Amino acid sequence: MSYGSTIKVPFGPQHPALKEPEHFLFKIDGDIIVNVKPRIGYNHRGIEKAFERRTYIQNIYLAERICGICSDAHTTCYVQAIEDLLGVEAPPRARYIRVIVAELERIHSHSLWLGIAAHEIGFDTLFMHLWRDREAVMDILELISGNRVHYAMNTIGGVRRDIVSETIPKVIGSLDFLEKRTKYYMKVLRSEPTVLKRTVDIGVLKPEDAVELCAVGPTLRASGVKNDVRRDDPYAAYDEIPFNIVTDDGCDVFSRILVRCGEILESINMIRYALDHMPSGMLRVRVPMVVKPGEAVSRVEAPRGELIHYVKSNGSTRPERYKVRSPTLANIPALCKMLIGQHVADIPIILAGIDPCFACMDRLVFVDVKTNKKKALDFESFRKIVRKRHELL
Amino acid sequence: MAIIVEAIKHLFKRPATLRYPFEKEAPPKGFRGRPIWDMHRCVGCGLCSRMCPSGAIEMIGRGHEARIKHYVDRCLFCGQCSESCPRNAIRLMNDFEHASYSRDSMIYEYKRES
Repeated sequence: MSYGSTIKVPFGPQHPALKEPEHFLFKIDGDIIVNVKPRIGYNHRGIEKAFERRTYIQNIYLAERICGICSDAHTTCYVQAIEDLLGVEAPPRARYIRVIVAELERIHSHSLWLGIAAHEIGFDTLFMHLWRDREAVMDILELISGNRVHYAMNTIGGVRRDIVSETIPKVIGSLDFLEKRTKYYMKVLRSEPTVLKRTVDIGVLKPEDAVELCAVGPTLRASGVKNDVRRDDPYAAYDEIPFNIVTDDGCDVFSRILVRCGEILESINMIRYALDHMPSGMLRVRVPMVVKPGEAVSRVEAPRGELIHYVKSNGSTRPERYKVRSPTLANIPALCKMLIGQHVADIPIILAGIDPCFACMDRLVFVDVKTNKKKALDFESFRKIVRKRHELL
Repeated sequence: MAIIVEAIKHLFKRPATLRYPFEKEAPPKGFRGRPIWDMHRCVGCGLCSRMCPSGAIEMIGRGHEARIKHYVDRCLFCGQCSESCPRNAIRLMNDFEHASYSRDSMIYEYKRES
């Protein structure tokens, strides 16, 4: 059904809340999205240039600050690239500790996302319950590493801290609690009509499109494609720890929820296995400050998908060039594909569905191309449109 | 509907949050807080200041006469200084409340007292 005119809707870029700035220009026909034009770059911080001005040791802490949620994934990727250049390998115990911290981070990142998804569909009760239970995993991370967010566990040639035997019972206890709660939330998510109405058959990304547009991480796995760096190109101790790759054939936002819930449960089992089978021994090997000339690429399965770091060394104490390809960037073409043909009211949950580091809706300006009239909408008015549409359903 | 039962149950439970700043939870053992220098151990090698990723440590002078200026407003609390120190003179404290109205009060100075 056509309403006779196409309207352009700019979406973003600024919102002072927790989400990062990003701009999307939607061409809509009535209520249906016809075309999407993303415009990225509002959050450019010059981190790659900053890498060139710091020594290799200092860069560990800079890499950590690329993202607050996947801070461990970024440092793992960074130290692996440098270890590759130096020709050293982390000791076995360090590789197990890297897996444990990475999987704890995956649990906290996925529960954070589930909370955000619940918030985007207007289900704030679930959001608050999820985030309260997420504190359990944050507390374990603080206990292990000394900080809730920036763990600073990795260093070139190993890890900085050990997981001492006194903390293990507490970690296991929290994991049992998290497993129980995640199973309960899966039950809630599968049965709650609020969730089902807002997510089933919304933002569909067909498997062939997902592969063609190079989607990564849970977005790709929710389209039924078995792809995971942890299995395809094992790093740390992932080649020694058994795990399943969680996939779902639904291809919609609901299957992205299920995949992430499944990954939380899978991560809990991986941590239990790693804690049981952790070898004893050294935590790190000493490495020189100067790195010999060369290039290295490192891949890590971050909570949001495949993360790629590239480093070029010129034989000094600082890298000559550094490049980071984060999973959100890889998912943007797929995101544009899944938005086409959807309703305006479903934009927030589809955007949030790829677990982006953005998705902001400060204000909306509707531009009627025929009369060139502009109409600005604030966040609340936009919420009203969303509510109105879903009351009709 | 499963969540409604859960939500009603929680009406009669204690809140999940603490009434900060009236109630406080102590950070766990091994928390990475503000670093402090034991100047009797410090030999003034300057390694902490060179390793610091954010330039939060300034060293004035060399050797036993060295003075250390620590700018908490720049500090990342990564603990690299304490890890790099060859004399184990730097310890990470448990405090985390560093907010202040002026930057001057966020500078800590350490000097060897004879």
